[in-house]
Amino acid sequence: MLDLLAAGPGQPGFLDLLQGALRPTIALIIGLPLLGFLLNGALSLWRPAAKGAVSVIGAGVLLTTFLVALQLFLQLSAVWHVKPDEVIRVTLWSWIPVGDLRVDFALQLDQLAMVMLLVVTGVGSLIHLFSVGYMKADEGYARYFAYLNLFVMFMLVLVLGASFPMMFIGWEGVGLCSYLLIGFWFSEPANADAGKKAFIVNRIGDFGFLLAMFLIWQATGSLSFAEVFDRAPQVLAAGGAMATAITLFLFLGCAGKSAQIPLYVWLPDAMAGPTPVSALIHAATMVTAGVYLVARTNVLFALAPTSQMVVAGVGALTALFAATIGLRQYDIKKVLAYSTVSQLGYMFLGVGTGAITAGVFHLVTHAFFKALLFLGAGSVIHSMHHAYHATHSHDDAQDMRNMGGLAKYMPVTAVLMGIATLAIAGIPPFAGFFSKDEILAFAFGRGAQQPAFYLFWGMGALAALLTAFYMARLMAMTFFGPNRTGEAERQHLHEAPWIMTGPLLVLGLLSLAGGWLNLPEFFPAIGAPHGVLHHWLEPVLEAGNRVAESVGLAPALSHGATEAFLVGGAILTAVLGLTLGWVVTRRAVAVPAHDAAPETGFWKVLYHKYYVDELYDWCIVRPLVAFSRVVLWKKVDQGVIDGGGVNGAAGLSRALGWIGSRLQSGQVNVYVVLFLVGAIYVLGMVAWR
Amino acid sequence: MLLGPSLAVSAILFTIGVAGVLLRRNAIVIFMCVELMLNAVNLTFVALSQAYGSSGQVFVFFVMTVAAAEAAVGLAIILSIYRHHKSVDLQQINLLRG
Repeated sequence: MLDLLAAGPGQPGFLDLLQGALRPTIALIIGLPLLGFLLNGALSLWRPAAKGAVSVIGAGVLLTTFLVALQLFLQLSAVWHVKPDEVIRVTLWSWIPVGDLRVDFALQLDQLAMVMLLVVTGVGSLIHLFSVGYMKADEGYARYFAYLNLFVMFMLVLVLGASFPMMFIGWEGVGLCSYLLIGFWFSEPANADAGKKAFIVNRIGDFGFLLAMFLIWQATGSLSFAEVFDRAPQVLAAGGAMATAITLFLFLGCAGKSAQIPLYVWLPDAMAGPTPVSALIHAATMVTAGVYLVARTNVLFALAPTSQMVVAGVGALTALFAATIGLRQYDIKKVLAYSTVSQLGYMFLGVGTGAITAGVFHLVTHAFFKALLFLGAGSVIHSMHHAYHATHSHDDAQDMRNMGGLAKYMPVTAVLMGIATLAIAGIPPFAGFFSKDEILAFAFGRGAQQPAFYLFWGMGALAALLTAFYMARLMAMTFFGPNRTGEAERQHLHEAPWIMTGPLLVLGLLSLAGGWLNLPEFFPAIGAPHGVLHHWLEPVLEAGNRVAESVGLAPALSHGATEAFLVGGAILTAVLGLTLGWVVTRRAVAVPAHDAAPETGFWKVLYHKYYVDELYDWCIVRPLVAFSRVVLWKKVDQGVIDGGGVNGAAGLSRALGWIGSRLQSGQVNVYVVLFLVGAIYVLGMVAWR
Repeated sequence: MLLGPSLAVSAILFTIGVAGVLLRRNAIVIFMCVELMLNAVNLTFVALSQAYGSSGQVFVFFVMTVAAAEAAVGLAIILSIYRHHKSVDLQQINLLRG
């Protein structure tokens, strides 16, 4: 490898040599988590009590994968420094060679995939470590780590896949692991139902992904990313029906996986899984796959401005809508779940605006601070659960009304959650400020070309206010004010062990400094130069930007007074939201959950999440179940399939058998006659043919 | 040499055999007709091997052996049918009717 670099990327055939040299490493990145899954799966079947071995394998493979990815990053950044356009493609084997269609089991690594690879393995490692402490007492410890390792493997296939079908394997695989982990405690029917809900809602999105793949194949005659993006600008008319259809179907897939309106309903229910799972799958990595898909197919989206408008609009609407629900939830994880839906909306606003870098930037910073928030909430729930367990109380360990004043008992968690709150609310210099501000600035900039984006910007800005509000409320209810846990329980509250606070500490640092990855021009260069991520992603986004320029919709930033207004406004909004949330929450009389008065007025609507679940239940689920019962079951299944198909086939063979049995007269002479006729017929055929 | 007439005789014998099998009802007679057909075939073998010098005569020994075995088994079956039904009229024996 070093010899190769010394020889210089300029020489001919360098890419081939490089790909050959990196082949084992890239296969290792997929293989290590798979190995972890197999070993932990075997242990969960035969030695479920061997928790020490499970921890070492489960967290060990992830840490190793992260180190391998880090080493790969160092090597490749040296190469990309000289030749930024080199994409590493490794074909492991041929998968579907049918006629014109050739799909290889191939992985590719470019700058965008590298960012995702580091986030998935890095944040993943921290969450695996946290899980060692969080799940320590669980019976299904080995099974948990087996699923978690499997998830990481599929997520890496999703990120590294070199074609749409490869990405789809990962896409479906992470969906499967999400289902398995949401329903991890499946003996509670509610948890199993939540898993099923996630799986079924995602099927709707996957249907869109599949249709998009068919259309892409029809339009470009290929499914590998390199060829599709190469041919798309020639074969697809900019703004044409085909480009719009492809991208809208792709976005349907994204809406399912990344929990956007109208398919967001599964994500809040997915909180039924263990909290580290919520942090890893339902906050940091899997749910951002949709954003990654849009970023990956930026060329196609640049060709379809209508779809971009839809993506940005749905994103902005989701950001605002979910944030309002978050205002009135009491389950600490539900607040964070709606916050995740809302932040994913921001990311889609970013990538829909064409500011792919901004969207991916928010994806990265969100992975840091939302993982921290979830793990912090996990630490709180862990402590609450222990306290209630010790006193055999049946109160809800996740209800914020039962908490209060926890900062005294868990100072480390409280401080780190505070950092994450500042990051998500958008206070500089914490991570969320830079990414959120960049998205809003680009949305405002595009407003000059398409005025609808001014509206989207307004919705995003309002959602930012609400974000700050509900986060301040969460902090105030959980960590401050009088403790409402109960006299006996109070003495059992304690800080989490170091294996849990350690990862929190690292994530806290990342939430603080993650935003410096892409410092804007107006900000003093602290710790890092300006626009690192922007330059890093440039080669990946080049083709898409060329297309965007040709249709006159290149992403643009405002400068001067407008910029100052936007930045100042963003900071003001965040401060205002935090203050309001703090004041309103601290003023309210805090009572434990079982003493709380029922909600009234609009709060009730928010508490019941706008009754969207009920609406879906009445408009879609019940009619579908009724239709299935009356028509599909009674008519089609019992009438046509059973009556016509099963019994019909039986009747037909019985009739034929009856005819055959008439020939079976038992008279030897008749048989001989038939035999003779047959023999003469055969001889005749032979003679006269 | 005498190939034509030999084959003609054999064909006539075979046809008589077939006609007997088809038309007669007595199991013993049918059995004899089957033997007649076998021997017609044997005649064909011998005639053709005489004309072309191949070893068809060997087959005749095979056929005779098999025919002997068949006669033994067949007669035993007919005997037990007779014990059971007190008749060897095949039209009355239709136990295998479907």
